[in-house]
Amino acid sequence: MPHDHHDHLSPSGHPYRSDDDHPLTYWQTMEIAVRELLIEKGVTTASDIAKQIDAMDARNPAMGAQVVARYWTDPAFAAALLADGAQATREMGFDIGPMKLIALPNAPDLHNIVVCTLCSCYPRNLLGLPPDWYKSRAYRSRTVREPRKVLAEFGVTLADGTEVRVHDSTADMRYIVIPNRPAGTEGWDAEALAALVTRDSMIGTGIARTP
Amino acid sequence: MGGDAAGPVPTDQHDFALWEKRVDALMVLCSGKGLFTVDGLRRVLEDMGENSFETMTYYERWIASVNQNLIEAGAYTTAELAAKMSQIKARGDTYGEASDAAR
Repeated sequence: MPHDHHDHLSPSGHPYRSDDDHPLTYWQTMEIAVRELLIEKGVTTASDIAKQIDAMDARNPAMGAQVVARYWTDPAFAAALLADGAQATREMGFDIGPMKLIALPNAPDLHNIVVCTLCSCYPRNLLGLPPDWYKSRAYRSRTVREPRKVLAEFGVTLADGTEVRVHDSTADMRYIVIPNRPAGTEGWDAEALAALVTRDSMIGTGIARTP
Repeated sequence: MGGDAAGPVPTDQHDFALWEKRVDALMVLCSGKGLFTVDGLRRVLEDMGENSFETMTYYERWIASVNQNLIEAGAYTTAELAAKMSQIKARGDTYGEASDAAR
């Protein structure tokens, strides 16, 4: 048993956040007020908000994993992704909006890692919402200062000769790391390969699973 | 804060509450309608100062910034916001009651 509070865990294994049955906070009151004002003013509708939440809930790292697996197996796509990531992923049905998408391929002697020091910019349309740690002060502060130590905390230990490149996201630009294709996957199709691509491997805090 | 010293990266993860998802949805919908940009969101977040990163949660900072940007864009006035917030508080003591009651 992982810990004692299993009764309070959601189906995904995470604790429930204080929510509907806790005292109303100032900021929750503001959220309700802003939402209702926008609906009353005709800026948006309750149904549009609900649809937006559904769309967001539906996004998950499996989408990014499909992009990585295709990069590994389709050289024409790989070239297109490097040339214009937003357009190449849009053609796969993943709309990343008006932002630029930069794919960062790792190499045997090169490891990329992505951070947003200012806030939490993240390729959410390919990976879903960012994990809490991505938004944490510690990750944002330290990744640009001591990336190898941060990587070690995530269980990624790099050889001394490996170059580490840290990429700081901006409001208009999103990054996705293309992890190295694991050894022993020669001849695998894209679907099988995608199962090896973890969320963290596309942020750079992990590497792809080995078969 | 990039480059500042800090402790270990926290590994806790929580499921987003409904009100947090709604804040996120409002940000996406309003920026999609051209009411403000992600730069606008970040400008207000940066202006809040370091202390707010200690005292407010992530989506608390976001709703504060979304609200500020919407007032600047003329979507509603501070007086309308204040009236609406007191009306909501009168509905009940929990988010569930205040969010769903009387509508």
